[in-house]
Amino acid sequence: MKLTGAQILIKSLEEEGVDVVFGLPGGAILPTFDALYDSKIKFILVRHEQGATHMADGYGRATGKPGVCLVTSGPAATNTVTGLATAYMDSAPLVCITGQVATTAIGSDAFQEADVVGITRPVTKHNYLVRDVHDITRIVKEAFYLARTGRPGPVLIDFPVDVSRATAEYEYPAEVSIRGYSIPSKGDPDQILKAAALINQAKRPCLYVGGGAVGSGAHKEVFELVEKTGIPITTTVLGLGIFPEDHPSSLRMLGMHGTVYANYSVQQSDLLIAVGARFDDRVTGHIEKFCPQAKIIHIDIDPASIAKTVRVDVSVVGDVRHVLKQLNKQVKDRRRDIRVWLEQIDAWKKKHPLKYKQSDDVIRQEHIIAKIGEVTKHEAIVTTGVGQHQMWTAQWYQFKTPRGMLTSGGLGTMGYGLPSAIGAQMARPNETVICIDGDGSVQMTSCELATAAYYKIPVKLFIMDNNHHGMVRQWQELFYRHRYSGSQLGASNPDFMKLADAYGIKAIQIRQADQVVPGIKEALAHKGPVLVHCLVSKEDNVFPMVPAGHALDQVMDMA
Amino acid sequence: MKHTIGVLVENHFGVLARVSGLFSARGFNIDSLTVGETEDAEVSRMTIVAHGDDRVVAQIMKQLNKLIDVIKVVDLTNDELIDRELVLVKVSAPAQSRNEVMQIVNTFRAKIVDVNSKTLTIEVTGGESKIDAMLELLRPFGIFEVVRTGLIAMARKSELTAPPKQAGISTEVKGGVKNKSAAKLAKV
Repeated sequence: MKLTGAQILIKSLEEEGVDVVFGLPGGAILPTFDALYDSKIKFILVRHEQGATHMADGYGRATGKPGVCLVTSGPAATNTVTGLATAYMDSAPLVCITGQVATTAIGSDAFQEADVVGITRPVTKHNYLVRDVHDITRIVKEAFYLARTGRPGPVLIDFPVDVSRATAEYEYPAEVSIRGYSIPSKGDPDQILKAAALINQAKRPCLYVGGGAVGSGAHKEVFELVEKTGIPITTTVLGLGIFPEDHPSSLRMLGMHGTVYANYSVQQSDLLIAVGARFDDRVTGHIEKFCPQAKIIHIDIDPASIAKTVRVDVSVVGDVRHVLKQLNKQVKDRRRDIRVWLEQIDAWKKKHPLKYKQSDDVIRQEHIIAKIGEVTKHEAIVTTGVGQHQMWTAQWYQFKTPRGMLTSGGLGTMGYGLPSAIGAQMARPNETVICIDGDGSVQMTSCELATAAYYKIPVKLFIMDNNHHGMVRQWQELFYRHRYSGSQLGASNPDFMKLADAYGIKAIQIRQADQVVPGIKEALAHKGPVLVHCLVSKEDNVFPMVPAGHALDQVMDMA
Repeated sequence: MKHTIGVLVENHFGVLARVSGLFSARGFNIDSLTVGETEDAEVSRMTIVAHGDDRVVAQIMKQLNKLIDVIKVVDLTNDELIDRELVLVKVSAPAQSRNEVMQIVNTFRAKIVDVNSKTLTIEVTGGESKIDAMLELLRPFGIFEVVRTGLIAMARKSELTAPPKQAGISTEVKGGVKNKSAAKLAKV
């Protein structure tokens, strides 16, 4: 029996095990939405297509399975660009399907036409324009395969309306054949031996673990490596949760707002073992002054990440989980040999702990975030926007479960928090999903409160309201002589309590220190979505801080 | 340093844009890029001449390899290579200087492909140094127009060919993916 292209597309999604699609209909995608109407796939109607992409991204990061968004052509497709770029930078698996004008009209500046394949080429792992109804199943199969395997990432399928109306027999391929694409799995045994030899000799080794380890599902292997060798471990913001931060070997996060002791350790190390991390400038600080005495081992699935910004002594291309399994067989307990180093690190930990100044009259964001961590036993799925609250969440939530922290690390996309929380909650309905956001950041996608309300998606949104674009204000205070150009939100903020009310969402306000824990508990006890409006101190700074362009050990710590 | 890179790509819609977009997005300098079909109609071959230090060129190669439509990338620079470019030159050649121009044409084994009372149009093929030398000699006569194809190159000894299409077949097995092709796995 012949099916329409639209039916073939939806059936292909079912074949891929898609259980939920985030999107918004429109002209060129109408046949597909019509086919979706008959499907058992759950549809979540968003308020803006950027939200749909972040939801798909949140779904993808929370599970490792590609999240799916479905939108129409032209402006809808261009609205997905920020979400695609966010997912691309952080290697999040997602498949985005955009409507397109009919193939016969492409290039004619038709209504709601945009060159979407052209526009999204630099922000996707791969993209497709479907030109023939017979190609749909192959393309969908390839898209999911590419999104999920290797270094994951977003894949876009541009779907012209005439192709969605054409008919063909449905047959779903069992195999993928892309000769230009192969997936590294195990590491080269010689390289593993070289890496192990360095590890077994180093006097001041340090592990530096990133999002690649999370994506690879390598938390057990990472834990085993640390337990077996006794080597201290620091993580990037995307690596948070891969290793429990309350463990004595944890140095917590490194980089611009990392702990002093993590940054000192990396800087003073004689061997840095990078695992699924890519030496981002927010991690390395001044690249030429980065860990000057260290040899570097780099384990990554993406050969192009290796030796991109730093010189590498031993590289292992492969899936982090497989490579660590191999490596764990070769490494030895190093505790006795690196005792002096571990003592030094302990001294740094004692001298430079993470801290903030408490006071009775105002509430610090750090305090609320630390309490959210305690109340949720550090096991919730936490998403954030971008800015001060994001860095404080990274510092103070104290993560211990992989895929527990979803945040826009690479692109730094404000507005990522709420929609990604909705996506994560759809993916893992039985878990607590919390979005910690800023008053500036949340307003970029706050229209998705309607989505949470309509589908009763029980995300807990904590808005840290300091009346500023806080991180911008911090930089202006420190580096631009207190000239707060464009960073004050002041009276222009909406009444967030009324906003929640307008959407029919429960609202809680925290305005005094004694309301913090009861407020958190009340929010968590509520069955539906909740907005918790936290009135926090207005002009605090995130410390420690390594100013941009400085070496990692040139830390400002005025907390 | 200049590098000559051979790239086999799927003969798909938009591949050229992916490759050229990569160069501009990552700030790599490109001197020339040529593309055409190979003996296999589904595969095109590009010759890219780019310059940069070793690290930059290594990044270019890896980033090219990362494109899904790119099948193989080889730096031909260190191989003994045959490189050629085709150039058309329209040069001023009135009666008084025509003989001299024709002597240069003969010296370089170039061809005259069009003549009129004022100009000669010359076709020449060769490597970069030959072309540059000839253009240098013609310049004093007055060059009206030059069009160059960009360099194409082939290694003398090794062959750059695409693996058969089936080589990329992957079937997903429990706990991962079984991949028959390791062609692109780099050992760095």
